[in-house]
Amino acid sequence: MENEELIELLQFKFKINIEKVFIQYKNRVLMQIRQEKLMKIATYLYKDQGLRFIIASAMASDDKFEIIYHFSNDKTGLIVNLQVFLPREKPEIESLVPLFVAADWIEREMHELFGIRFLNHPNLVPLLSQGNWEPNAFPYAKNQKPKA
Amino acid sequence: MKTIIPVGPYHPLQEEPELFKLFCDGETVVDIEWETGYNHRGIEKINESKTFEQIFFVVERICGICSTSHPFAYANAVEEIANVNVPDRAKYIRCIIGELERLHSHLLWVGLAGHFIGYNTVFMWAWKYREPVLDLFEIITGNRNSYAMFKIGGVRRDITAQQIPAIRKILNALKPKADLLFGAVLDDPVIHMRTKGIGILTKQDVIDYCAVGPTARASGLAIDIRKDDPYAAYGMLDWKVITAQEGDVFAKAAVRFLEIYESIKIIEQSLAAIEKLPEGDISAIVKNIPVGMGCGRAEAPRGEVFHFVKSDGSNSPVRHKIRAPSYVNVATFKKSCVGQSISDATLALAAVDPCYCCTERMAFAYDAYTKKKIMDGNDLIRHSQKRTEELKRKL
Repeated sequence: MENEELIELLQFKFKINIEKVFIQYKNRVLMQIRQEKLMKIATYLYKDQGLRFIIASAMASDDKFEIIYHFSNDKTGLIVNLQVFLPREKPEIESLVPLFVAADWIEREMHELFGIRFLNHPNLVPLLSQGNWEPNAFPYAKNQKPKA
Repeated sequence: MKTIIPVGPYHPLQEEPELFKLFCDGETVVDIEWETGYNHRGIEKINESKTFEQIFFVVERICGICSTSHPFAYANAVEEIANVNVPDRAKYIRCIIGELERLHSHLLWVGLAGHFIGYNTVFMWAWKYREPVLDLFEIITGNRNSYAMFKIGGVRRDITAQQIPAIRKILNALKPKADLLFGAVLDDPVIHMRTKGIGILTKQDVIDYCAVGPTARASGLAIDIRKDDPYAAYGMLDWKVITAQEGDVFAKAAVRFLEIYESIKIIEQSLAAIEKLPEGDISAIVKNIPVGMGCGRAEAPRGEVFHFVKSDGSNSPVRHKIRAPSYVNVATFKKSCVGQSISDATLALAAVDPCYCCTERMAFAYDAYTKKKIMDGNDLIRHSQKRTEELKRKL
């Protein structure tokens, strides 16, 4: 399936759940989606369209967290970026581990570095710190000013 | 008696030092667990305080073996944001560096795998033939490691007309040696017995774990970023993606062997292309990096390297996410090692990731009940080598 076809199909299938679509450059598309529909859209991309999950990038700003899930279509070279925003007060989102094992490590990492909670994750323990960091410090969450 | 064998945590050659705990029942590995993050250096965070140009030198130091693939992917990401047209000559030079890296990395792996199964001659040969490749790096970049060749918009150093014959000479000398080495390795009945049917990863496992690189290609999944999403000059060159169907250690080795020939082919074509292009045209001028996001990928020797860069228009990124291929490939051990004997598990671990040469300094076997050390890294390798000896006698 060609890139444009896939993008159109996604928009047609999920309609309002995809809030904005940006065609960035050649072979890259960014879709802002409603966070409760992440599982559904990811299932469609992974199971029905055979896209490969690359990784997820979390980001923190003053008022919100942002996660971009990167999927790769290895047949056409397209990267589908699914962008979700999470409120700072309640950073929670459904885990993708029930769908593919590959999300296990990165979700644990995001939980540890940003404090984002992944619901239904089977084993949400720290990946990097071995439990010897300060509890609830979340170094990448930018909620603390660096010590002078 | 159930025994836990921890392998790790420190692997100075691995980009992600890890501790593997092999749970063994007698000789058989029944489960595997891992701990990571022993060498978490916070590079993603550091990069938020560096300028776009400085980051090249940081990402180059993520991994010593694939020190070009990270700058490669990062350059692709930033050039995507700034919409830069890289000159053709720079594209070919980038390909040459990328493929030379694959050559030396695969040869290094062949040597180590040989050492693990007790074929130290293979180790000596492979590393001997790897040496001229490192010399090539010195000729082209001035460094044997961490080449500092990449910059936004192109490369830092040109390959001059005087250097090309020297590069060709070394490459031509490498080919017959590779033939000899691989002929000897791939025809050896004991190596067949040690590696065939060991550490099998099925196509479905690869899809579940989203594994990449030779690990995926050896299980019949033809994914290669150089072909799927061509970057630099790969789209302009004639080469093919190597795959195998079996998914065992032998298939992974065969894929790597054959990729060496493809790499030589790519380098030869790139050199021929460079000769036709004007010297000195190796970089485009990039004034600033606009607001935007870029996803850069490159095919490292071990698989796809992914860099995500978000820029807010200032001179450093807001977020820089890096995913090395081992991050997804290492997780497949759960499939490839369970059910194997300890001596085969060592090999199955080594088959996914070549950075394993420091095992002797970090692997210890403890008795699960008495916590007494019963095996260390040397013993593990000896154990594996003994198995080869037994097989040799049987033949």
